[in-house]
Amino acid sequence: MNLIWMSVVTALRALRRNVLRSALTMLGVIIGVAAVVTMVSIGRGANAAVQQEIQSLGNNLVMIIPGATTVSGVHTSSGSAGSLTVADATAITKECPAVSEVAWAKRQVVQVVYGSQNWATPAQGVPPSYLSVREWPLSAGRFFDHRDDASANPVAVLGQTVVDQLFTPGEDPLGATIRVKNVPFEVIGVLARKGQTAWGQDQDDVVLIPFLTAERRVLGTQILGTVDMIVAAAATADVLPKVEPQIRALLRERHRIPSGQDDDFTVRDLNEIAEASKNASAVMMNLLLSVASVSLLVGGIGIMNIMLVSVTERTREIGVRLAVGARTGHILLQFLVEATALSLVGGAVGIVLGFAATRLIAYLAQWPTLLSAPAAAGAFLVAGAIGIFFGFYPARRAARLDPIAALRYE
Amino acid sequence: MAPGTRPLIQLRDVWKVYHLGDVEVRALRGISLDIQAGEFVAIVGASGSGKSTCMNLIGCLDQPTRGTYRLGDVDVAALSANERAAIRNRRIGFVFQNFNLLGRTTALENVALPMIYAGVPFWKQRRRARELLAAVGLRGRERHLPSQLSGGQQQRVAIARALANGPSLLLADEPTGNLDSQSSIEIMDLFVRLRRERHVTIILVTHEPHIAEYTRRVVTFRDGRIVSDLPRAASRHTLEIVRG
Repeated sequence: MNLIWMSVVTALRALRRNVLRSALTMLGVIIGVAAVVTMVSIGRGANAAVQQEIQSLGNNLVMIIPGATTVSGVHTSSGSAGSLTVADATAITKECPAVSEVAWAKRQVVQVVYGSQNWATPAQGVPPSYLSVREWPLSAGRFFDHRDDASANPVAVLGQTVVDQLFTPGEDPLGATIRVKNVPFEVIGVLARKGQTAWGQDQDDVVLIPFLTAERRVLGTQILGTVDMIVAAAATADVLPKVEPQIRALLRERHRIPSGQDDDFTVRDLNEIAEASKNASAVMMNLLLSVASVSLLVGGIGIMNIMLVSVTERTREIGVRLAVGARTGHILLQFLVEATALSLVGGAVGIVLGFAATRLIAYLAQWPTLLSAPAAAGAFLVAGAIGIFFGFYPARRAARLDPIAALRYE
Repeated sequence: MAPGTRPLIQLRDVWKVYHLGDVEVRALRGISLDIQAGEFVAIVGASGSGKSTCMNLIGCLDQPTRGTYRLGDVDVAALSANERAAIRNRRIGFVFQNFNLLGRTTALENVALPMIYAGVPFWKQRRRARELLAAVGLRGRERHLPSQLSGGQQQRVAIARALANGPSLLLADEPTGNLDSQSSIEIMDLFVRLRRERHVTIILVTHEPHIAEYTRRVVTFRDGRIVSDLPRAASRHTLEIVRG
């Protein structure tokens, strides 16, 4: 205990003796640890953002949108074909075993008016199953049921952004009458806040109304029963890969598409998109981590180099210590502690620097970051291990010095 | 010494042979020497006479190529490096010509150094180091660095360090070699007093006759052999030979 304490004191004294040299020696470890901490923070931030995105869209969802129409060889934009119908959606529920629940939506940007306030927002005509498919809770009131849908009742459920825009703070929107495209609607519920999608779309800027109400009273339609989007939830995460082929086969059959011809719809697995961006960030993170570990390695070699110099410089001191009774183990311990102190101080500085760099990047680039205590602790321990590993050879050299030669060393 | 008492140091036909490349250097050629506990011995001789090699052997810093060395009841030749370190730590104190204090370390910590390796508890180290510094006349200088002390004071710190673990043997290699005459006298007086008060055996290497005057016995080395081993009174003549 005594001995370790003395070794630590001696080590810190030796580091302080030549601050510039110690700092330069530690630089490799500092950069390595700072890089690890920063990379892990950014990587975790990206992953968390992707995770949140998946959660906000709903778990294990597949989205089907109409394909692009081709009129005389000219493609229009995707989703414009009007080829998906409510009948397609109900068929998916019935005939795709991997699908547990289905919802659909008809969507149009409309002007919503309450008192003297107005706001342009997408109105979506959806079936009562929509909230459970999207796993979207209400913060107040109720959602419309099958009766509301079947009788095309003028009831609306508002997203938080719409509530914020139309109502003064503290005002209860429940029971209020708003006008959607000049049709009076009763507000019966408010959705919980969901936030933005990864591509910056505000999911809370929405008015949900029963599908039939939308089709018959507000949005209108050219062909009854067409929808802008179908959302299907997989029964479990395991069967998710089966959902897409099942739906594709069913819709191709229903739409009588001959084999060899393109689909007139697009199926998107939302998890797949999320997974892809997660993998991309993981690849990036591993790449940068390997660069960081090279820096740590170089830092370790720097420590070994300076420790060898230190052993040579202090040959006489080692001789004196041996003469007054230090054993080889004592000298070994002293120089190991010194090398480890170098790398641990470097590691600590690196962690502080890494945290600062993470903050700076989060601020400047507006990237999502998530500081990781285990990563910092891990990098710190790796730095310590590097000190021990690269300090061992110089320490052993010191410990093996011949006391007589060391005492005579000039 | 009562007859039959085993000597503290017993060298028997000790050889030390170095190999410098192809050249064989016979530093010691069959030395035999007994030193009793409590003796005050000077070892004199020209440089290269083997006296330093002999001191290194007695100090357990080195081992003989041939022959036996017993320190008390221990056969040093049979010891490992760490066992010799333990003997140096507890039974031997070294005093060097150039003091060999740790430069950025206070007088108190320099004196405590051997006690750290002996595993003495921290507070005991401090107390004993303070006592020793007071005993060599350096009360109040505990926190001074070697660079803040005169040569004579530095050598006092070194002597205090040599006494840290209460050794029975003090080895001083040209302890006054770097000191002015006044400091030399003070240091030698200190050795005389330590021997009387603490009953330590002192062996000192010197080439200065007036330093050897302080001792009771003078052993003269030449070409790796002991050429004379005389009580002080009879040694003057020998010393003059060496000096000439």
